[in-house]
Amino acid sequence: MADRKIRVLVAKPGLDGHDRGAKVVARALRDAGMEVIYTGIRQTPHMIGEAALQEDVDVVGLSILSGAHLELFPAVIEACRDRGVAPENTLFFCGGIIPEDDIPALSDLGFRAVFGPGASTNDIVEFVREHVKAPA
Amino acid sequence: MPPSGSLQARFLEGDRRALARLITEVENGTEAGRAALRALYRRAGRARTIGITGPPGAGKSTLTNQFAKALRARGQTVGIIAVDPSSPYTQGAILGDRVRMQELSSDPEIFMRSLASRGALGGLSAATLDVIAVLDAFGKDTILIETVGAGQDEVEIAGAAQTTVLVNTPGSGDDIQAMKAGIMEIADVLAVNKADLPGADLLVSQLRALLSLLPDRAWTPPIVKLIATEEVGIDDLVTACDDHWEFLASSGRLREQREERARHQILTLARSQLLAGLMDDEGGGGRLDHLTRAVADGELDPHTAAREWIDQEALA
Repeated sequence: MADRKIRVLVAKPGLDGHDRGAKVVARALRDAGMEVIYTGIRQTPHMIGEAALQEDVDVVGLSILSGAHLELFPAVIEACRDRGVAPENTLFFCGGIIPEDDIPALSDLGFRAVFGPGASTNDIVEFVREHVKAPA
Repeated sequence: MPPSGSLQARFLEGDRRALARLITEVENGTEAGRAALRALYRRAGRARTIGITGPPGAGKSTLTNQFAKALRARGQTVGIIAVDPSSPYTQGAILGDRVRMQELSSDPEIFMRSLASRGALGGLSAATLDVIAVLDAFGKDTILIETVGAGQDEVEIAGAAQTTVLVNTPGSGDDIQAMKAGIMEIADVLAVNKADLPGADLLVSQLRALLSLLPDRAWTPPIVKLIATEEVGIDDLVTACDDHWEFLASSGRLREQREERARHQILTLARSQLLAGLMDDEGGGGRLDHLTRAVADGELDPHTAAREWIDQEALA
């Protein structure tokens, strides 16, 4: 009866409406047997924090193509942290159009991986499976 | 009292993160989840429960979103459970109901949780009743339960919620569809959403004609026209649900429903535990495999095989 499912929040902060990538990743994680909470485009950090809290997710994946990741992602992490969802207890990863120079800053924020254009969905699925925290 | 700092203690203090975690434990059927249910069950039973069901794309999520806002405007706290289907092949799921409920996240008195159906076929998930009890024990005044997109036979919501709202839309089949048994019979309130589309009045008159053919019942489902995306008709819907609640309370149906729900839940849990017990006893014994091959080869019919399996396990 006990049935532990990996729950993943896939969210798109900011104002760009290009959600193809987020949808492809959501679908790949679904096909790998995970439960994916998909929240759609134009999410504020507050909305993402609330969804991560209420859905009790194991993983948060953010997609962004607007270039505002260094402005928005710290706010998203803070909104999550305010609600007890933090990189110490939840796996954070992100993807989109993100210059390599920015990756160290995102790692410092707590993102365990950054997937750019051309990343394979298999790699993303494997990454999540390997790094998801064991249930507390 | 549970030890301070424990999940249950934090839950009782109103910690939403503890609520979220307890729902996970209950949903996963863990020992911690069952222990929490045991401890918290006495606190449940106070909330009103309203089910929202109907075919995919009828506007259930949009309507649930508006419904929650209307309840908040009346000073009530709200829990929302939204069920979406799990894949029969991979058991994965996309839970997308939050897309239509974005604006609710600014209100901490609304707690919304998405559940995957996890193989259950009745439009809910096996743990839905337990999750309702958790939100109820947390102190939510009203709990809205949105089903999987339901066709004709997904009627479990009627056993889970006190009031069932069936959402229909114009242009979704002739009146014979509505005459079929099943989902039409469980509606306490009939919502006609997208009422600005052609055919809305026709649908209303078809539903009315259908209701007139039902045997006289103590409660006749009201028909409410809505345009959920434009917040038109939401107050009428809330009023219709309030009227149904008054009827339940004054007629004694509320207590009857509670007993029916309790019996159904006991039977469902007993059934799954008996089956789990049989599977455990089976271990690596291979009796089930043996019977499976016999039925597949046509040597044995499935009824006899099931009987033999149960009897052998009982003897073992």
